Amino acid sequence: MKKTYKIDVDCANCANKMEDAANKTPGVKEAVVNFMTLKMNVEFEAGQDPKAVMETVRANCKKVEDDCEIFL
Amino acid sequence: MNKKQRTMLIRILAAAALLVALHFLPVTGAARFFAYLVPYLLVGYDILCKAGKGICNRQVFDECFLMAVATVGAIALALWEGSGDYTEAIAVMLFYQVGEWFQSYAVGKSRRNISDLMDIRPDYANVEREGQLVQVDPDEVTIGTVLVVQPGEKVPIDGVVVEGTSTLNTAALTGESLPRDIQPGEEIISGCINLTGLLKVRTTKAFGASTVSKILDLVENASSRKARSEAFISRFARVYTPAVCGAALALAILPPLVRMGALSLAPLWGEWIYRALTFLVISCPCALVISIPLSFFAGIGGASKAGVLVKGSNYLEILSQTDYVVFDKTGTLTQGVFDVVGIHHAALAEGQLLEYAALAESASSHPISKSLQKAYGKELDRSRVGEIQEIPGHGVLAQVDGHTVAAGNDKLMARQGVESIPCHSVGTVIHLAVDGVYAGHILIADVVKPTAKAAIQALKAAGVEKTVMLTGDRDQVARQVAGELGVDQVYSQLLPADKVEKVEQLLAEKPPKKKLAFVGDGINDAPVLSRADIGIAMGAMGSDAAIEAADVVLMDDDPMQIPKAIRISKKCLGIVYQNIVFAIGVKGICLVLGALGIANMWLAIFADVGVMILAVLNAIRALFVKNL
Repeated sequence: MKKTYKIDVDCANCANKMEDAANKTPGVKEAVVNFMTLKMNVEFEAGQDPKAVMETVRANCKKVEDDCEIFL
Repeated sequence: MNKKQRTMLIRILAAAALLVALHFLPVTGAARFFAYLVPYLLVGYDILCKAGKGICNRQVFDECFLMAVATVGAIALALWEGSGDYTEAIAVMLFYQVGEWFQSYAVGKSRRNISDLMDIRPDYANVEREGQLVQVDPDEVTIGTVLVVQPGEKVPIDGVVVEGTSTLNTAALTGESLPRDIQPGEEIISGCINLTGLLKVRTTKAFGASTVSKILDLVENASSRKARSEAFISRFARVYTPAVCGAALALAILPPLVRMGALSLAPLWGEWIYRALTFLVISCPCALVISIPLSFFAGIGGASKAGVLVKGSNYLEILSQTDYVVFDKTGTLTQGVFDVVGIHHAALAEGQLLEYAALAESASSHPISKSLQKAYGKELDRSRVGEIQEIPGHGVLAQVDGHTVAAGNDKLMARQGVESIPCHSVGTVIHLAVDGVYAGHILIADVVKPTAKAAIQALKAAGVEKTVMLTGDRDQVARQVAGELGVDQVYSQLLPADKVEKVEQLLAEKPPKKKLAFVGDGINDAPVLSRADIGIAMGAMGSDAAIEAADVVLMDDDPMQIPKAIRISKKCLGIVYQNIVFAIGVKGICLVLGALGIANMWLAIFADVGVMILAVLNAIRALFVKNL
């Protein structure tokens, strides 16, 4: 399953870090952060609950870049 | 400017003013330190906070940390050496914030500019309810609803015109500025602007499935497909920052130790720590990381304004490396419709010959009869036609105005005992005999698009090595068209499956670094489009299959769009490489100069902020594609 989320982040390198963090989160098959459109496309692994996974993704992103937001 | 940017700007200006004021204030000692601490904290407190949080989250190597270490280090150095020169540390922080502010402003601005460029999203649809026009959300309009589109309004949803004639401006979709006429019964595509008359349109699609939604979706998601150079830069950034930090640490410790131990010189700790701190200032990879995706985003945005939809940054990259362009003939280089191109050896007036042919063929629904009727151009009076006898594989015999008209191929002429004159031109030939006497022949052929030849030349000028044409048509026709257009190589009489095979063969023959593009009209060449390195579908206004299958979609069916797309991609990639080389080069030079002690913090700040600003401005150039 694929979903797109709006994000807010200030710098391009931070967006890259968010992408890394999201990709390392269990339950995420692939995440792509698009800094220019401020969107995160997430493909979830089968049988995962996107809501729960995204909460962890958000927490992990906040860890690498304090000043970011994912609008769930 | 949003709220965040405004507060930041105020902080920057206040700190700068304070710094200037302090310069003229004769304070010394501890008072001087605390006085200078005010502008420092004012402009940099958030950076210090973030650096602290980063350390807690074990994210040490971020730019906030680097700036914090560099500036706190510089202040500590000034304290230790007793020089009281805090200006440099504060200025570094100040310039860093100016750079960040500018970056955020420039990116926000170009984001908006590019979205404005693609501002084809209709805000409302007019529906007639009880005699009143009501504006509704296009999302709520069901299929089959009749919409009213007034002059000056955007067509919100794809549909068919049921009432009214008008001209349409399709520039937002195709980049083509010439208006198009539209009449009842014709299909109309969302995103066009109605120019002159009131139109009533019956929708054939939901808003979400309409052309305009599809295009917006495609362009917005395009920059999510990252190009190789983009991936390279993110990998580079990941290695670069820790490497420079390591080097900075080594620079701070090793030379003084060597001086002390091996050379018995004074260690000069202060000097080497200062050099290490300039390293940290240069180590931020921001200029690179921001300018590359921004260039691609601007390039894709500019291209879509010109009617070239590129589905991803990666495709823009491949497009710029295209060396071989393979065309499908029909519908791509030629119009795909058959027209009368000549009347030869006419024994009657040409108009009359055409009239006889059109009348004789009037009962047939064959494309040839349609093109005859089109060339005749007037209403056919069917009462003039008597008995019609169709002879399969030969043609027709018909009574027209009391004459026996035979219209068909040479076999029909032979059968009627009439000697026909063979045609030297290529195409479908219709011989005519009236009352058993040969009356001439009409040549019907697929017409080459007027810009096709110029497009092939422009491709060559844009650096394409070889052009190849594939067609299902007869060899003679294919060769003539290829010769006329200047195509290098031609393969004819191919079935759709053979086209895939030919493209695979061409792919196997070429060196792996050279890329092959296939251009088709997207109707029955989807497999070939997906097999090529890059598939270009043209004339795609309203064709879902084409938008689906291709990597690059040309909204117009003008072949000149192909070289244009390649030029746009080359410009964009040129900017990408310029930025990579420029940013890495300047940083590299500054690192060396910093290590040698030639570059101070001011130069370091230029290497960081200045390079970023220049790279961002350069990236925005990718947006301007109009004169390409």
